[in-house]
Amino acid sequence: MDRPVVGNHGSLTPARTALLAVPVVFVLTLFIVPLAAVVRVGLQAGAPQMLAVMTSGRTWQIIGFTTLQAGLSTLATVVIAIPAAVVLALFRFPGRTVVRALVLVPFVMPTVVVAAAFLALVGPTGYLGVDLSGSIWGLVLAHMFLNIAVVIRVVGGALATLDPDLPKAARVLGASGWAAFRRVTWPMLLPSVRASAVIVFLFCFTSFGVVQVLGAGQLRTLEVEIYRRTTYLLDLPAAAALSVLQLLAVVAMLVVVGRGRSVRAATAVGVARVPRGWRQSLVVGITVVSTTLMVLAPLAVVLVRSLQIDGQWTLAGWQTLLSPAASTNAVSPWSAVLASLRTASAATVIAVTVGGMAAVGLASRGRGRWLQSVDALLLLPLGTSAVTVGLGMLLAFGRPPVDLRNTGLLIVLAQTLVAIPFVVRVLTPALRSFDRRYLEVAAVLGRSPMAAARTVGVPLVLPAVAVAAGFAFAITVGEFGATVFLASPADPTLPVAISRLLARPGALTLAAAYAASTLLMLLTIAVVVAVDRVRLSRAVVF
Amino acid sequence: MKLLFLPLALLLAACSSASQDNGTPPTEVVVVTHDSFAVSPEVLEQFTAETGQDVKIVQNGDAGQVVNSAILSAGVPQGDVLFGVDNTFLSRATRAGVFADYQAPGTPADLAQPGVTPIDTGAVCLNYDREYFADTTPPRNLADLTKPAYRDLTVVENPATSSPGLAFLMATVATQPDWQGYWRDLKANGVKVVDGWDNAYYQQFSGGSGEGNRPIVVSYSTSPAAEVMFAADPDAPPPTAYVDAQCFEQVEYAGVLDGARNIDGAKRFVDFMVSKTFQDDIGGQMFVYPVVKDASVPKAFRKYAPYPKSPVVLRPEQIDAGRDEWIDQWSAIMDR
Repeated sequence: MDRPVVGNHGSLTPARTALLAVPVVFVLTLFIVPLAAVVRVGLQAGAPQMLAVMTSGRTWQIIGFTTLQAGLSTLATVVIAIPAAVVLALFRFPGRTVVRALVLVPFVMPTVVVAAAFLALVGPTGYLGVDLSGSIWGLVLAHMFLNIAVVIRVVGGALATLDPDLPKAARVLGASGWAAFRRVTWPMLLPSVRASAVIVFLFCFTSFGVVQVLGAGQLRTLEVEIYRRTTYLLDLPAAAALSVLQLLAVVAMLVVVGRGRSVRAATAVGVARVPRGWRQSLVVGITVVSTTLMVLAPLAVVLVRSLQIDGQWTLAGWQTLLSPAASTNAVSPWSAVLASLRTASAATVIAVTVGGMAAVGLASRGRGRWLQSVDALLLLPLGTSAVTVGLGMLLAFGRPPVDLRNTGLLIVLAQTLVAIPFVVRVLTPALRSFDRRYLEVAAVLGRSPMAAARTVGVPLVLPAVAVAAGFAFAITVGEFGATVFLASPADPTLPVAISRLLARPGALTLAAAYAASTLLMLLTIAVVVAVDRVRLSRAVVF
Repeated sequence: MKLLFLPLALLLAACSSASQDNGTPPTEVVVVTHDSFAVSPEVLEQFTAETGQDVKIVQNGDAGQVVNSAILSAGVPQGDVLFGVDNTFLSRATRAGVFADYQAPGTPADLAQPGVTPIDTGAVCLNYDREYFADTTPPRNLADLTKPAYRDLTVVENPATSSPGLAFLMATVATQPDWQGYWRDLKANGVKVVDGWDNAYYQQFSGGSGEGNRPIVVSYSTSPAAEVMFAADPDAPPPTAYVDAQCFEQVEYAGVLDGARNIDGAKRFVDFMVSKTFQDDIGGQMFVYPVVKDASVPKAFRKYAPYPKSPVVLRPEQIDAGRDEWIDQWSAIMDR
C-alpha cells in the first residue's frame, strides 16, 4: 500500500467495483444460493403450509418476543460496554492487554458451556441465589456477557485509530474533560456504536444455545422454532417460511438503522489520556474491575468445575482429558487444539481478506445507495438461522459435481460468513474516519506525502486489521457457524470435543468437559494477547 | 453476474473429493453416524485386517440430525453405511428411500425390520437420586409422577428437540390410558421441561454428576452404570438408580445407503457390526446393550443396569403414524 486508501470520494472506480465484487460473490454463493435452495424445497413441499405458518398468530407472537429480547439485550449490552470500551481504548493501566483479551473469551465459549455456567450462577441452585432460568432477564444477562466484546472491540477499534497527535491540538484549543468527550469524541464514536449495536442485535436475534438452555423450554425465539421444526420434524415448509420472515425482519431493521446513518461523523478529533489524578484513576479502576468481574464470574465457574467432582477438589477431570480412553470418539486435547488453530486460522485469513476487500470498497463516504446494500448484504448471514444456512448448504453443495459434505470445508466457510461482517465493521469505520485531513495535518506538521502515508497511514490502519483478525479468530475458534446438518471436521476441534464429552454421563467426563472448555479459554486468551502484541509493537513505529 | 460465480464454483469443485470413480475398487468404507458413536480403535483395525478396507467415520450431529441429513441426501449419500437410526425415526428414513435393501445374516428375528440390521438396544427410563430417596419411596411407575408426593421433583426433555424426550413421550402414549390428560397432570404437578439431555441430566438433576435440585430425571437404564464407570472412585456404588417400569425400548439400526460407492465394503461392515468382536465392544463404548445374545457387557451393567424386564415396545409403523401429531399435541399442552 503505497498510499493509504482515503475515503472521501464515493465514485465507483473499476478498482473499487472489482474489490467489492469478491465479497459480494462470496456471500451470494455461500449464503443466498443455499437460502434459495431452502425456499425452493419449502415451496415444493408445500406452498400453502408456508403461507399458513407465515400468517399464524403464534408465529407473530414468537417474532414479537424475539425482537423484544434482542432489543433489551442490545440496549443492556451497549450501556454496560461503552464505559469499558472507552476506558480500555483510551487509558493505559497494568494488565490492560489481558483484560482486553479476557472480554473476548465469553464470545468463543461453546454456548452450552456458557449457559451451564450461567445456570450455576443464576439457575435453580445458583450461587447468586436468584433463579433467572426461564425468564427474559436471564437471557438478557447472558447475551450481555456474550456480546460485551462486540461493543468494546468495535468501538475501541474506532477509538484506537484516532490520531494521538490530535488530542494535543484539542487541548491547545481549550477542550478538556467531559465536554470534550461529549462534543468531540462521542460524535466520532457514534457510527461505531451504531455498528456494534446492529451486530449485537443480530446475534441476540438469532441466538440459539443460550435460549435453548436458559429458556428452559419456555422461551421461544424464531431461531429455536426453526431448529425445533427442522431438526426433528423435518418440516421444510415451516423452516423456509420462518427463515424468510427472519430475513425480512433483519432487512427491515437494517433499512431503519441505515436511514439514521446519514448523520455523519464530525471532524475527527479524539481525546486520549493516561489516568491523571485520583478521580480519573478511580473511574478507570471501577470500570476495569467491574467489567473484569462480570466477565470473569461465569468463566471462573467453568474453571472451578473443571477442578471439582462432587464438591471435592481434584485434578481427575484434567487427567481424564489429557489421557483419553481408547475410543474412536475420544479426542486428544492437543490434536483438538491444533485442529482448532488450523481451522480458525484458515477461516480468519479468508475472512480478513474478503472482509478487507469489502471494507476498502465500502470506506467511501455514504454516496451511492448500492454501497449501503452491499454493506447490508454482508450483514445478512449474521441475522439468519444457522440451521437454515446449514440445511441450505447441504442442499446446494451436497450433490456432485460440487460435493463438499465430508470435507469440513463447509463449516469453515460458514464460520467465515459470520466473521466477515465483523471484519467489515471494524475496518470500515477505521478506514472511513481516517480521512485526508490526517494527512493534511501531517503535511502541515512538515511531512512529505510518502512519509505521511508511511508514518500516519499504515500505523493507523494496521491496528484495526489486527483487531479485525483477533475478532475473526475468536469467532471462528468458537462454536459460531458450527451449523446443524454439516458434518464435523475429520479432526475434531475443541468445541466438538467438548460436545462429545458432554454427551456422556459421569462426574469425571463432566469435569473433563469443563477442563476442555478451560483449555479453549486459555487458547483464546493466548491468541488474542499475541495479536494485541503485534498490534502494539507495530504501533510503536508511530 | 452469473459469470462471477464461475471461478468460485470451479474452486469449490476442485476442493471436492478429487478421487471420484476411476475404475479401481474402493478400499474405504465411509460410515455416517451420530456424535455419540464410539468404538475401540483395535476393533476397527480388526475389520481392516479381515477385509482390507479402511473405515472412515463421519459424525453428523445427534441421531435426529443424522437421519434428516440422510433423507435430504437420499440417492447421493454422504457415505456407504448409516448407523444410528432408531425405531423412533426408522420409518421416515425407509420411506424416503435412504437404504439399499440389505440385512446381515443372523439378524435377531424379534428386532428385525426390512432392509436394515439391528445393532443395539437401549432403554429410556426414569432415573432417580438415591440420596434424596434414602428415606422415602422413589416412583414405581410413570403414574406416580403425578402424585403430590412427587411435586416439583421431575425434569424431562422436550420431545421436539431431544431423542430421550421423544422416547419418554412415546412411553406415556403407550402406557397411559389418557396420555394427554397425564401430561396436563404432570404439568400441574410441576414437571420441568428442558431442551435436551445434557441440560436435564447435568444442570437440573440432583443425582450423580447432576448439579441441579430435581431428584427424578428422564435418562437411560445404563446411566447408573455410566456413573460408576466414569466416577472418581469406580468401586463405590452408583449415586443414582433407574426405575424398571415402563421404560421405552430404543433399537438402533445400521443399513447400506442407497447409492453408496462402496456397496461391497458397506455390506461387510454391517456384517461386522453384528459380529461378536464388535458386539462385545459396544456396551462399554456407547452404553447400550448388544443385540447378539452371547455378547458380553461391562461388569457395571450386570450389577447396576440389567436390561429392563418388560420395556414398552412400539413398532416403527405405529410410531410413524403418530409421531408428528403426538409432538404437536404435546406442545399444545406444555407450551406456555
